[in-house]
Amino acid sequence: MSSQPRPSKSPRPNWVSTRNPCKACAPLGAALVMRGIEGALPFLHGSQGCATYMRRYLISHFREPMDIATSGFSEATTIFGGEKNLRQGLDNVTSQYHPALIGIATTCLTETIGEDMHGMLHQYRALPGEADDPLLVHVSTPAYSGTHIDGFNDAVRAVVEQLAEAGHAPSAYLENFVNVFPGLVSSEDLRFLKEVCADFALPATLFPDYSETLDGPSMEIYKKIPEGGTSLAALRATPSAKASIELGRTLRQKRTAASFLQERFSVPAKRIGLPIGINECDIFFSAMEKLSGHKTPEKYTRERGRLVDAYVDGHKYLFGKRALVIGDEDMVVGLTSFLAETGVLPVLCASGGKSGALARSIAEVTTHLREPAIVRENVDFMTIAEELELKDLKPDFVIGSSKAAKLARTLGVPLIRVGFPIHDRIGGQRILHLGYRGAQQLFDLVVNTLLEVKQDSNSIGYSYL
Amino acid sequence: MADILRERERQVYRKGGEQPFQLDCEKQSAAGSVSQRACVFCGSRVVLYPIADALHIVHGPIGCASYTWDIRGALSSGPELHRLSFSTDLQEMDVVQGGEKKLYAGLCELIDAHQPKAAFVYATCIVGVIGDDVEAVCKRVSLEKGIPVLPVHSEGFKGTKKDGYRAACDALLKLVGTGSTESVTPHSINILGDFNLAGETWMIRDYYKRMGVEVVSCITGDGRVDEIRRAHGAALNVVQCSGSMTHLAKQLEEKYGTPFIRVSYFGVEDMSKSLYDVARHFKDKEMMARTQAMVREELERLMPQLADYKRALTGKRAAIYVGGAFKAFSLVAALRHLGMTTVMVGSQTGNKDDYEQLRELCDEGTIIADDSNPLELSSFLEEKDVDVFIGGVKERPIAYKLGIGFCDHNHERKEALAGFEGMLNFAREVYSSVMSPVWRLTPRRRGSSLEVVK
Repeated sequence: MSSQPRPSKSPRPNWVSTRNPCKACAPLGAALVMRGIEGALPFLHGSQGCATYMRRYLISHFREPMDIATSGFSEATTIFGGEKNLRQGLDNVTSQYHPALIGIATTCLTETIGEDMHGMLHQYRALPGEADDPLLVHVSTPAYSGTHIDGFNDAVRAVVEQLAEAGHAPSAYLENFVNVFPGLVSSEDLRFLKEVCADFALPATLFPDYSETLDGPSMEIYKKIPEGGTSLAALRATPSAKASIELGRTLRQKRTAASFLQERFSVPAKRIGLPIGINECDIFFSAMEKLSGHKTPEKYTRERGRLVDAYVDGHKYLFGKRALVIGDEDMVVGLTSFLAETGVLPVLCASGGKSGALARSIAEVTTHLREPAIVRENVDFMTIAEELELKDLKPDFVIGSSKAAKLARTLGVPLIRVGFPIHDRIGGQRILHLGYRGAQQLFDLVVNTLLEVKQDSNSIGYSYL
Repeated sequence: MADILRERERQVYRKGGEQPFQLDCEKQSAAGSVSQRACVFCGSRVVLYPIADALHIVHGPIGCASYTWDIRGALSSGPELHRLSFSTDLQEMDVVQGGEKKLYAGLCELIDAHQPKAAFVYATCIVGVIGDDVEAVCKRVSLEKGIPVLPVHSEGFKGTKKDGYRAACDALLKLVGTGSTESVTPHSINILGDFNLAGETWMIRDYYKRMGVEVVSCITGDGRVDEIRRAHGAALNVVQCSGSMTHLAKQLEEKYGTPFIRVSYFGVEDMSKSLYDVARHFKDKEMMARTQAMVREELERLMPQLADYKRALTGKRAAIYVGGAFKAFSLVAALRHLGMTTVMVGSQTGNKDDYEQLRELCDEGTIIADDSNPLELSSFLEEKDVDVFIGGVKERPIAYKLGIGFCDHNHERKEALAGFEGMLNFAREVYSSVMSPVWRLTPRRRGSSLEVVK
């Protein structure tokens, strides 16, 4: 059987409007990245509302303070240009937060009126200042092209581009470290990646790193900028790494930080999928073995062993169950790979992103499927609902972001909340998706969710299942 | 002590001492101040959101629609079109070539698919810049589809959230007066500025019903297009959330001669006073008698239950930061009713009169702040050693990070806090946060060490 996705048409591909979106806008992803730099403050050049809405969206997921400053455009600013507001905003943020870096992202408004960010920031930097004035980095994030994921990836690249210094290596790293660009994953996932690198004795610059800034401890005194994040020294040293690993099969070659470092500084780039499930984790851990020169520590091989054992214990509950997978593209690819290897049938894999690489990536990780999944990118929730109905796909469960809650409720099937955002439960930032351990938690969750349905939906009320 | 931006020094006031009361307000937020405010679009979206049988389409790139999808707790007793998110999702080519065609096509397909009673088209920042003639597209679709299609001029940069309220009121004004008022009775009102969060409008409607008052429309809660069209037939407009709806009430007074009164449904005193004010307006002795009997009945049920909460909460300190100052008045009173002191109070959009009234209402030493931000708010919470902070989702992590209780009194709340029953819910909510044992474990109360507490 062909492993290519089934060629099929959407029920009505000509919807002009977007109905219940499966994406957010680009500056949001950029703001999240800036939160993953030590001592940094995200700043949006545009209207007041953008910053407030994005703060609210991110706070509802992470349940952590998330300050995003803005130049707060008025009508006059829009007509005459935003330089004065930008300067005042940067001055105020500097005096209030004393940041080490201000990460400036544009919005659709400032992109459309054609603000010359480069020139304005150049002028601003040239003004007389203090020795500890913050570094300024800028990423262009027009909301009308791409999603929050594009904003995220573009910001990672922009920060690396603007801070990278050849020949600059923090002494502790020497010449034996790697850059790890994980993409949009949970705070717990980031902690996991750091743990793995430490266990392989492989020094690593993980960027962005909001593992602490967006999942920090209770405080006695409010911290203006939460502790943690990738250090500026590490970001300056990225060209001295012996390699870069970037996670995500749908990343577009030209636009990533790793490809920049490869082209400009000849740092070899290794792109692999998000390590979700055994197959993708095996690729990840063998890459770690090659880069570190060490065998995978027993801790992880034992986790892998337990996971395989669990797959066996639970296989009957999952085989042939039909899943709708929704979310950010690389999360969808990872989840699909994991589900497919456990015997679940991913019937529809969908995302609001439009990398152009989703179908190919899904095909790569589901070669053994007898019935290839339908793959849709650049779709919204109402289109997904229509496709499910038209093709009579009848999923047994939905797995993805909490934005799918309405759809799952209509379908009358459980939603397993993973990825981003999760707005109707606590702990989204603490979900571990990555590694054998993450797959173990996902596996138990999926099996138990289906067992719960089975137990609750009959009149017997089995005590053993 | 708070490190307050120079531009904002006159927007923070401490009651007492020598300084004369002067509080700057109704200003554009200072750039870089990390204001808790949103934008013009937000103001419009808030007011119109609860109209449940209308189509709401956001004209612009996807963000504005994404961030406001099903964001508020405004319930509907029937259609739920307002809980869906529609956007023209403008792309790069649309920005270059203009978005009118896309808006036209989007509106037509959505009206055909959902058969709404009216449609609201929200113009976002970029639409104001690329120069789409939203008005013309709306007119054309309205003619073709036979329903009102109303542009809402809510470009984010064109002012503050308050200007968004105004734009929404202007759109509503085009609807009011287009329906028949034939069967409307003399003792009739419109409810303005109650958003039916967690079903609050239903509770309020029930009070009015028991008083013998007909509610012609509740424009902003469980709203229906046909009801709004005949709203000019009501004898009185009863305005809560005056920051957002006073403009509409004034316009209705000017255009149709309908008088209006300001009310608040939060807290025992304000709730009772609101109902009495309405009864007094109609100069109907029987109605007043019914109102008195109802209030008495409600209070008899409520007071003994509140007393228990008051015993536990007396002496606790509260901070308040809300959107409109009018709500803050009621909250100060409601907290006082529970034996609590308000040590800090602020709002995003209060005006001079509002803050003057707050100053009169509050105790010595209370901090009053206009258009505050996370750094100020966190320092106020620390300085005043607050037990519970009352605000919205954006304020929540400030309190929680410092190990301080929090009560959501914003549009996302799932508990009804208005009315007599709402006062009990409010007391319960404050109690269950303030009295939680988790605070004892936080560094603020116990330090960070693992030392065993004897």
